[in-house]
Amino acid sequence: MSEVLERVTKIIVDRLGVDESKVTLEATFKDDLGADSLDVVELVMELEDEFGLQFSDEDSEKILTVGNAVDYINSKL
Amino acid sequence: MNLQGKTALVTGASRGIGREIALELARLGANVVVNYAGNESMAAAVAEEIKALGGECFIHRANVADSEQVQQMVKETIDRFGQLHILVNNAGITRDNLLMRMKDSEWDDVMNTNLKGVFLTTKAVTRQMMKQRDGRIINISSIVGFSGNAGQVNYSATKAGIIGLTKSTAKELASRNITVNAVAPGFITTDMTDQLSEEVKQELYKQIPLGRLGEPKDIAKTVAFLASDNSSYITGQTIHVNGGMYM
Ligand SMILES: NC(=O)c1ccc[n+]([C@@H]2O[C@H](COP(=O)([O-])OP(=O)(O)OC[C@H]3O[C@@H](n4cnc5c(N)ncnc54)[C@H](OP(=O)(O)O)[C@@H]3O)[C@@H](O)[C@H]2O)c1
Repeated sequence: MSEVLERVTKIIVDRLGVDESKVTLEATFKDDLGADSLDVVELVMELEDEFGLQFSDEDSEKILTVGNAVDYINSKL
Repeated sequence: MNLQGKTALVTGASRGIGREIALELARLGANVVVNYAGNESMAAAVAEEIKALGGECFIHRANVADSEQVQQMVKETIDRFGQLHILVNNAGITRDNLLMRMKDSEWDDVMNTNLKGVFLTTKAVTRQMMKQRDGRIINISSIVGFSGNAGQVNYSATKAGIIGLTKSTAKELASRNITVNAVAPGFITTDMTDQLSEEVKQELYKQIPLGRLGEPKDIAKTVAFLASDNSSYITGQTIHVNGGMYM
């Protein structure tokens, strides 16, 4: 597992209280991981802190799956 | 009531109601950031009073209608105190005119300061309050947002707008233990109402069951209650503090 995916997975597991095995690249935050809109906003906040990045509002709206988040972070690092 | 260890940001705290709110929160033990638009000497005087009470405090000039200035103010608050629990959106202006004579600029100025300002400041503090799982947002509306007032279509629209904003924000943030409430003052003795003629005031008294104008401290005490643990099950509400003028 890439280092980014590992760190992202840890935050998702902590924040959403889901089983690590459910956190796949294809998993959608809302449908597969049970997050509501505010949970997603909070996750993005935590990812910003974790990776020292700023996600613009437009970019944040496009992050629907775990893979989207990992790709986005990789593209900014 | 005790606000020891809490940090509060009060907009428009250099004068009037905001000043009294800042002092009251400080008396209860909160660290206070005194925001103002231009009146630095008056803001500094409020800070002196707070320090004399033994409270921690700094003043910060920012136009609440300016997104960047607001974000900078919130950042400095968190850098300095490490947290932010209480936001009081008090800054407000009037540009009264009859509808038929009202200029676009009079409408826009009041919208920007009174309504957009509340939106921007609330948005800016939310991240920190969500992280803390603890926040109190108190918005200062007005009796005229409920009753209407000739000469104040712009102002009364913003004060009614604050109520919708308050309720929606309360619903969005309740799950994160952030409460959002409004206080709707009646006529309170401040620079804003000093402009009224004695004649108008005499007329006003007749419409106020308690027979007097309110004092800034009447509002400040209500805000302090909403900022305290005593109100933890209250959200999305408006408390009217108006001597019975509007029920
Ligand atoms: N007085 C009443 O009877 C009454 C009744 C109902 C509701 N209210 C509401 O209560 C609040 C306070 O009223 P007040 O009578 O205490 O007003 P005030 O005496 O006129 O004081 C207004 C305060 O707001 C600040 N301010 C103005 N524009 C600002 C901006 N763009 N950014 C940041 N700060 C700004 C001023 O700062 P500077 O000193 O630097 O200019 C001042 O501290 C207002 O929201 C008002 O609508 C008042």
